[in-house]
Amino acid sequence: MAEVEKRQDRSPVPSAFEYAEAPESREIVRLEERYGLFLGGEWVEPRSAEFEASIAPRDEEPLAEVAYADAQDVDLAVGAARDAFANGWSDLAPSERAKYLFRIARILQERSREFAVLESLDGGKPIRESRDVDLPLSAAHFFYYAGWADKLEYAFPNRRPRPVGVAGQIIPWNFPLLMLSWKIAPALAAGNTVVLKPAETTPLTALLFADVLRQAELPPGVVNIVTGDGRAGAELVKHPDVDKIAFTGSTEVGKEIMRAVAGTGKKLTLELGGKAANIIFDDAPLDQAVEGIINGIYFNQGHVCCAGSRLFVQESVYEEVLAKLKRRMGTLRVGDPLDKNTDVGAINSSAQLERIKELVASGEEEGAEIYQPPCRLPEKGWWFPPTVFTNVAQSYRIAQEEIFGPVLSVLTFRTPDEAVEKANNTPYGLSAGVWTEKGSRILSMAQRLRAGVIWANTYNRFDPTSPFGGYKESGFGREGGLHGLGPYLELEE
Amino acid sequence: MAQAPALPSGFELPLEPRLPRIGSVDQVAVEQRAAALATRSIKRESKLFALDLAVRMMDLTTLEGADTPGKVAALSSKALRPDPADLTVPPVAAVCVYPNMVPHALERVRGSAVKVASVATAFPSGQSPTELKVEEAARVAELGADEIDMVIDRGAFLSGHYAKVYDEVRRVKEVCGPAHLKVILETGELGTYDNVRRASLLAIAGGADFIKTSTGKIHPAATLPVTLVMLEAIRDVHEETGRKIGMKPAGGIRHAKQAVQYLVLVNETLGPEWLTPDLFRFGASSLLNDVLMQIRKQKTGAYQSPDYFTVD
Amino acid sequence: MSRLPVRKTYKLYVGGKFPRSESGRTYEVEGANVALASRKDVRDAVRAARAAFPGWAGATAYNRGQVLYRVAEMMEGRKAEFAELTGDAAEVDAAVDRWVWYAGWADKLAQVLGSSNPVAGPYFNFTVPEPTGIAGIVAPEEPPLAGLVSRLAPALVGGNVAVVLASEHRPLAAVTLAEVLATSDVPGGVVNLLTGRKRELAPVLAAHMDVNALDLAGADGDTAELERLAADNVKRVVRNGEGQSPWHAAAFLELKTVWHPIGV
Repeated sequence: MAEVEKRQDRSPVPSAFEYAEAPESREIVRLEERYGLFLGGEWVEPRSAEFEASIAPRDEEPLAEVAYADAQDVDLAVGAARDAFANGWSDLAPSERAKYLFRIARILQERSREFAVLESLDGGKPIRESRDVDLPLSAAHFFYYAGWADKLEYAFPNRRPRPVGVAGQIIPWNFPLLMLSWKIAPALAAGNTVVLKPAETTPLTALLFADVLRQAELPPGVVNIVTGDGRAGAELVKHPDVDKIAFTGSTEVGKEIMRAVAGTGKKLTLELGGKAANIIFDDAPLDQAVEGIINGIYFNQGHVCCAGSRLFVQESVYEEVLAKLKRRMGTLRVGDPLDKNTDVGAINSSAQLERIKELVASGEEEGAEIYQPPCRLPEKGWWFPPTVFTNVAQSYRIAQEEIFGPVLSVLTFRTPDEAVEKANNTPYGLSAGVWTEKGSRILSMAQRLRAGVIWANTYNRFDPTSPFGGYKESGFGREGGLHGLGPYLELEE
Repeated sequence: MAQAPALPSGFELPLEPRLPRIGSVDQVAVEQRAAALATRSIKRESKLFALDLAVRMMDLTTLEGADTPGKVAALSSKALRPDPADLTVPPVAAVCVYPNMVPHALERVRGSAVKVASVATAFPSGQSPTELKVEEAARVAELGADEIDMVIDRGAFLSGHYAKVYDEVRRVKEVCGPAHLKVILETGELGTYDNVRRASLLAIAGGADFIKTSTGKIHPAATLPVTLVMLEAIRDVHEETGRKIGMKPAGGIRHAKQAVQYLVLVNETLGPEWLTPDLFRFGASSLLNDVLMQIRKQKTGAYQSPDYFTVD
Repeated sequence: MSRLPVRKTYKLYVGGKFPRSESGRTYEVEGANVALASRKDVRDAVRAARAAFPGWAGATAYNRGQVLYRVAEMMEGRKAEFAELTGDAAEVDAAVDRWVWYAGWADKLAQVLGSSNPVAGPYFNFTVPEPTGIAGIVAPEEPPLAGLVSRLAPALVGGNVAVVLASEHRPLAAVTLAEVLATSDVPGGVVNLLTGRKRELAPVLAAHMDVNALDLAGADGDTAELERLAADNVKRVVRNGEGQSPWHAAAFLELKTVWHPIGV
């Protein structure tokens, strides 16, 4: 690692033509010093009496104290959700449910700047992404599912859909508000009530979301927000009065949840890890493919389960693609997430930074060749430069394990068959990318790649109407689209 | 673009010289990239540098049937001293006029750094016999133009006669003498970014010193994504051959903010090396005054009125 | 003097062949010595299924529908034998009818379960169902034929291949169904049928890392333990209820969403 750090010290090419520091003002965000739990429509002190600070990855500033719920807190939250389900929410006319969701969508749009700044502050992602991706998609997700609330019978012909009951939802730290939206919007549209457990490193936008619920006048207890760490999540999973668990996170924890739910009859959906192949054929539009590679792996610092972390380049264009990629990496701006010119922000937590460093070190030890463009990293905070590994063998850990950081492994292939075989040679199956101008090849590759989302001549695109979820150990169930409703409904004959 | 397989010695290609690998362009992705770059904000000091540079890169243009010696004289004066109230504002790169106006422009700018550029080759359509077009370019060179802006024959290009397009560029280049050759692709008529890339490489292969988007007579004229595609072609040629080709977006660039966006595009795609009038030009008429207003705004802090800038 | 009937030997059905258990074991049930499959037979069955998967999944939906309908035709021809084994002619009729019902779904599932998605951008986006792979099916004990058909047909119609643990106490109808499959046009390995002790075999199937889905309709005893084992490779655990529906087939299907830009 010492060598890597030395390389980072090289300063960028000086130029009279420099981009301004264009920091987004954080004045718009007003944080409490400490947050309790949002149960039954009210803020309550945690029975656990335990609090931890949520830290800003950009400078390690403690932003606010957040409650860490225990079993008793989770039980109260589930009780509040059950109460709300039984006393009003499940009997409410679906068209009225829809209106609450429309309200939430609108309020998110109106307060999107505030949410975007807080998301970047608490999670470390560039404001450009929270502003242009996370927030618009979050609002759009509520807007989309709002419309479904009173049309469910059209989604499942010959069946009578009814809500499942209380949904326990556990979300990750990479897209905190967006994952909240992916979870809460379909659950409420289907008529369920919710206990949501945000990730411990990024709880603040979920807590701010409670204020959106207040403004929307959502009945108390329909959404309950229980902050805390994995212990709170585990309590939620095993709570006997929870009817459905939805989890987004690591495959390892996903398996634990499957085991915990075994035999209970609870409905379960899992959106887990990935190690996506991004495949570049020699006839691809190369400059756009390079943009796709960049967007595939450096979007959100690579903290993306569907990140295109394994790049497969056809050997006949390998040198050209690599040269273009390295040149393009040199123009990436790493730095303050609140700066509107920043492309790559801060690593979400020190623990994640350690994991990235450990895997990168393993890549170097195993014999891969590392490249990092010259970039100056801020002194405070958690940072890792955009990194690409070449000379990577399929067997290296960096080609097998999910790094969840801005680290790309480059491999080559000669024929479409070889690309398919190598791309599918993983326990994961969340997503894949294909770049080629030949239409029939796109369709053939799309058919043969074992993954839930295939981006052809594009990468990392998301939309509320578009189902998202994995094959194999990347989980089961879909979020988004008509298919995202099914996990929150019982279909009666 | 190291694509060429090794050929046996003595093997001759049917077409020569061989074009580099052409490749393709994805419309959606290139437009997204251009839009993303357009959101970059630059530093205040850099902004002055950029605006100053934009003036130095400008080909101040009048290409009207109604052009007269008087009009061209006024334009040339403006070119030499864009802002009489602020002598720190540099002269523009060139004035761009019809062939008949070349002597009038030369009269004003001779001895200064401002170049005279003229259009040729049956501008703007290019729909004339090759011999006439070559003859016209030769005459324009004789008239003393420093730079010749030719148009490609879109009729030939769109009907697949790429060799004719290439051949005309090559023959015009031969008669240019010391004058620099800018080749106008008229991208608004080419239909796809694939064609823009193809035409760029064809023009460069034929000997273009610059490639230029538009005549200004067709809408759409220059756009950010079209320019990005052309810059990427230039970059590929540079990486393959070391040749440095210039770029000139023309038409539709009216505001200083747009000009800065173009400069960001150049900086990100080709790097600061290309941020010079030798390798980048704006073809424009109304842009200059907006840039002048922005320069004064940067210097005084007050927003400006067009009443204080001459319309020439 | 009455004629002495020629008895049938009831064996396993693996990779299109009828082997005995590699263990050499049998158990006596329904008046016959039926193969008592072992862990290794599960292994072999999964291997055969994996080999058959690309062909079956890659067949056109129309072709799969034809092949499955052919199975129903063959079943119809053996109705008397099935009725004798199940002791319930109505059950046999229901099983054949259900098979026909699912056969007809082959080229309709994608239209009912898939979608084209109007994303907010210049992209064409569609979602298609695809088979998850190998379905491990613990068939219900009763009814011996219709129970199996109700679980097997929805898995097959979407392009999955199957390793089936037959009814432990009434395995003969299942083995006879395997004979029907072998004499229809179902490629070898698409369905692999094991007879024996579910408590011995189901955990092996549940823990097998190359099995993608687990149908526990016929599991007895500690099904929670089977679900825990299934977690090791995130198997799709299928807990569908009674009856027939396209959603029974959907339980064995993945959904693949494809994006492509729309441009010139």
